[in-house]
Amino acid sequence: MKALKNFMDKISPTFHEGGKLAKLQSVYDGMETFLFTPNTTSRSGVHIHDANDMKRTMSTVIVALIPCLLFGMYNVGLQHYLALGTAEHTGWFTMWLFGLLAMLPVIIVSYVVGLGIEFISAQIHHKEIQEGYLVTGLLIPLIVPINTPLWMTAIAVAFAVIFAKEVFGGTGMNIFNVALVARAFLFFSYPSKMSGDLAFVKTSSALGFGGGTVSDAFSGATPLGQVAANVGDTLQPLHDVAGNAIGTMDAFLGTIAGSPGETSMVCILIGAFILLLTGVASWRVMGSVFAGGLVMGFIAHACATPTYPASMLDPLAQLCYGGFAFAAVFMATDPVTGARTHTGQYIYGFLIGVIAILIRVYNGGYPEGAMLAVLLMNAFAPLIDHCVVSANINRRLKRASRTAKE
Amino acid sequence: MLLSKKNKEVLFNPFSKDNPVLVQILGICSTLAVTVNLEPAIVMGISVTAVLAFSNVIISLIRNTIPTTIRIIVQLVVVAALVIIVQQFLVAYDYDVSKQLSVFIGLIITNCILMGRLEAFAMSNKPWPAFLDGIGNGLGYAIILVIVAFFRELLGSGTILGYQVIPQWCYDHGYMNNGLMILPPMALIVVACLIWVHRAHNKDLQEE
Repeated sequence: MKALKNFMDKISPTFHEGGKLAKLQSVYDGMETFLFTPNTTSRSGVHIHDANDMKRTMSTVIVALIPCLLFGMYNVGLQHYLALGTAEHTGWFTMWLFGLLAMLPVIIVSYVVGLGIEFISAQIHHKEIQEGYLVTGLLIPLIVPINTPLWMTAIAVAFAVIFAKEVFGGTGMNIFNVALVARAFLFFSYPSKMSGDLAFVKTSSALGFGGGTVSDAFSGATPLGQVAANVGDTLQPLHDVAGNAIGTMDAFLGTIAGSPGETSMVCILIGAFILLLTGVASWRVMGSVFAGGLVMGFIAHACATPTYPASMLDPLAQLCYGGFAFAAVFMATDPVTGARTHTGQYIYGFLIGVIAILIRVYNGGYPEGAMLAVLLMNAFAPLIDHCVVSANINRRLKRASRTAKE
Repeated sequence: MLLSKKNKEVLFNPFSKDNPVLVQILGICSTLAVTVNLEPAIVMGISVTAVLAFSNVIISLIRNTIPTTIRIIVQLVVVAALVIIVQQFLVAYDYDVSKQLSVFIGLIITNCILMGRLEAFAMSNKPWPAFLDGIGNGLGYAIILVIVAFFRELLGSGTILGYQVIPQWCYDHGYMNNGLMILPPMALIVVACLIWVHRAHNKDLQEE
């Protein structure tokens, strides 16, 4: 550590005003603060000193995502070998390794493209590099279907970072959740790659590893995709990639087809526990998203019709299937794009839950609505906050004028 | 001496410094609606230019006889008459494109650029400058339409004017057209990028 510090100090003049590589100052600063705590702290004025700075907040979210990431890798392998029909003869570690090799390129592409743009942007504007992309870069591989070609992911990441983040002023200034904008871009740009049978199962080998190319003779639709395509008065039994019946319990454990991070309710709940324990995420938002989803799920279930097959799912299944739980825990709780007032957070979260189920059930074109619900409410979050704040001001004004009269 | 210095400015300013779409942010509605393909965009651009030039001339000719209280109605009648002529002309000579443009030719009447130019220029200028102003603003609008449509058709459909320009082997190797380019939101983002580039080159237009 000492040697590294000495090295960083030694090369420091090269990167500062007058040095040879002064153009790369933001890169140097970024690396230095990444490795060491900055040695300048404020000496005057009143500042609240808290160990929980942005870097630690981001790291906590990364830690909370690790269960989802590890299980997602296993599940990617599981779905691949299920589709091949050789799942019984394959060990869990082989599956996990396959998933690791399948997801690694996506993670690398996400970080290289995203951080590359952030570095360039920071350099152009002579600002420090911010840690904001650390979480986004890991969220994107978790919510993008595993079979999406890498170049599409790269374009989506570039689009999201430039148009959803940098044009608004970078980390902390964005209106929309950057990871979800990347997914929405893919969703609307390349719909055939983002839904249907082939999107959620890796059909080719991963970096030369795996059981080989999968033939088309399997049905890789997600449970929600199957529900949306349901015909008849009752819900047909759901099945996994190999054709075996599955239920809500499988969705709870996470051994179903879906984007890598979203399938396992258990891992998401572990992540939620870490986020709530450390106080990084707002329990108001998280709780009210689930409450909204449950309420709308009950309403939809109460007036279930075969016209809208998803309305026949019971409310708890609604929460377990698809990306609902992942969106509730990791997307809706983004402190930058969500509501900030406490009352506002209840309204914001509740509406996300309601709209997600509303889209899922009553819009035939979209079997999953969590992404669109969060993006829509991102746009409304400032309005909700404004209403809450002005209502508060009015209430206090009234009280003040009343006491003044007395 | 048809193009004096002042008239030159009237004609050429709308191309860049005073562009109706990029600087005045007028006519955005049709810019989003008709730019999926290049051909309708070109026809739309020419149609608006024609309507704008001739309505400017007509209003300029009768500008001293129009009572101020009903001038908007008079302007609308003139524009509506010209739009119907353009529409019938398109139905007669380019039926397919007129089908594609559908209601948007009729909606030229409500295009903000037209009312804006009639009110701001034709009502207080002689016919010849008014004609040049109409041509300039119409073409300024048409240029943006063509640029936006070029990118949307190229990236959204892989074609230019209906001819495939992205080679087949790209598709064979996994390239796909971008479906978002076909949808109106992407037109807004393309226009935003054009404004971005335009402001970057014209520092005096940048807001604080």
